[in-house]
Amino acid sequence: MLQIKAEIIENRELLSAIYYRLSLKAEKIARVSKPGQFLHIKVNPVGPPVSHGVNQEIFPLLRRPFSIHRVKRQNVDILYRVRGKGTEILSQRKKGQYLDVIGPLGKGYKLPDKGAKIILVAGGIGVASLYFLAEKIAPPPISGGFTPLEGEDRRRGVTHFTILIGGKKAENILCRDEFERLGGEIKVSTEDGSLGRKGLVTDLLSTFNLKPSSVIYACGPMEMLKKIAEIARSHRIFCQVSLEEHMACGVGACRGCVIRVKRERYKRVCKDGPVFNSEEIIW
Amino acid sequence: MKKINLKVKLGQRIILKNPVVLESGCFGYGEEYRDLIDINRVGAIVTKTITLKPRAGNLPPRLVETAAGLLNSIGLANVGIELFLKEKLPYLKKFSTPVIVSIAGEGSEEYLKLVQILNKEKIAGIELNISCPNIKKNLVIAQDEVETFNLVKAVRKKTELPLLVKLSPNVTDITRIAKSAEKAGADILSLVNTFSAMGIDSETGSPRLGGVVGGLSGPAIKPIALRMVWQVRKATSLPIIGAGGILSCNDALEFIIAGANAVGLGTAIFVNPHAYQEIITGLKKYLFRKAIYDVNELVGSLHEN
Repeated sequence: MLQIKAEIIENRELLSAIYYRLSLKAEKIARVSKPGQFLHIKVNPVGPPVSHGVNQEIFPLLRRPFSIHRVKRQNVDILYRVRGKGTEILSQRKKGQYLDVIGPLGKGYKLPDKGAKIILVAGGIGVASLYFLAEKIAPPPISGGFTPLEGEDRRRGVTHFTILIGGKKAENILCRDEFERLGGEIKVSTEDGSLGRKGLVTDLLSTFNLKPSSVIYACGPMEMLKKIAEIARSHRIFCQVSLEEHMACGVGACRGCVIRVKRERYKRVCKDGPVFNSEEIIW
Repeated sequence: MKKINLKVKLGQRIILKNPVVLESGCFGYGEEYRDLIDINRVGAIVTKTITLKPRAGNLPPRLVETAAGLLNSIGLANVGIELFLKEKLPYLKKFSTPVIVSIAGEGSEEYLKLVQILNKEKIAGIELNISCPNIKKNLVIAQDEVETFNLVKAVRKKTELPLLVKLSPNVTDITRIAKSAEKAGADILSLVNTFSAMGIDSETGSPRLGGVVGGLSGPAIKPIALRMVWQVRKATSLPIIGAGGILSCNDALEFIIAGANAVGLGTAIFVNPHAYQEIITGLKKYLFRKAIYDVNELVGSLHEN
């Protein structure tokens, strides 16, 4: 975990100015980031590392957590949707400006065992962290210049995965090309039927022939995750979910971002998560 | 170049290498910030408030960001004194920085038990959190002069350790509570705790916090906290740790000029874990520029006509 002033390499809108991809030059963070971990970003602009001025911007006051979407050499990318004031301000940041970033934070996804049938389920912007995971599971061709994989990951021999992406409309379906490049099998559903199967992504998941050898990784809205946890449970499938919660410290100190769990009563999304085994959560 | 003195003495026995204190609740048990904050460079740290038994804390949601503020309802979630001594305190003892342990009890009995347990530990002092707004069952002791006097007096009899009292801003006249604490034998005053506050989601018609009412911190409360520090400075001669929305060196300077001997960082730690370092550097620059050279000379130096 580090706190750095990271230069913005790119902050580009994807579709109709709702979604953005932000690329930060953050070599030390890039080196140690794992899928499912997140960055805690002060969205107000700050001076470059040398000037080291106190950041007196007090709106918004708190940092915002974003899943790590991709690591490409010295760059760390996030994918975000403009939803509130924080993300709106972030979307206005320009290439060459600096952001105060803490990361990587949290506990990421537990990588699948060899031979597991991997199913990723994304709701809307949930594709962000699942793409980083997919890259680890199914490494892209080296020529692509993506994350150099450690030998350990290669030995796992897990190369195939299926990804289910759901959203309200076609414009909410992201990263299809990227997942395709990794060789994943892609299924899409939209609530209005404008792309793929009409309906919820959880209905799409129900049509699958789920076996105990399957593993599910899911990221998306709480209602979606809850339904997926039920499906996983009824098929006795190991399922990990990545949660979102308002945070203050992001490092486990303030106990503000807790969720209800079965054993310890509460767990911190920032430190004990954001990835949890779906079975431990009280939905 | 003339040397700048940032060393501050709080009471007879607590010596800080600089006047920046990391406040209770915002720094956890210290280890959470292992990679981001060098404890050895901080003036002092106050632990998360510890209770006799472990507390799971309040129902979520526990956090809401407001205009220049943070509303929280954590509810003193902590591991309890037993685990704290076994698993958390040893880490904090590794540093040269004074460790002040914050405690809270339901009733004076529990405070006394905690104090007796802590008497055996090598710590710099005990802070009585008598002002947490997030404990429903408990009367906020710091809202009552007599209650404050009685508790501080009772604790004073039981310990030789430096005694800090954390005051609540949710009172009509904070100087009366401060004087009560002083009369009862407190060594240092710490002020202010969070302001009792709430938020409502107009769409759902529900409170924004699981605990309905919580505590407000951050820049939004700074001018009020500053006024309270200034008032308490005039009312007592005890050392003061002033806190409430301090983010920058300029904020810290305002509190010192108003009368704080040291300044506490709370919400600032979340916003910028490096804030302590930026404030220390800023203080040195300011003192040099003003040719004051000793931070203690700045304390309570407000020019009033």
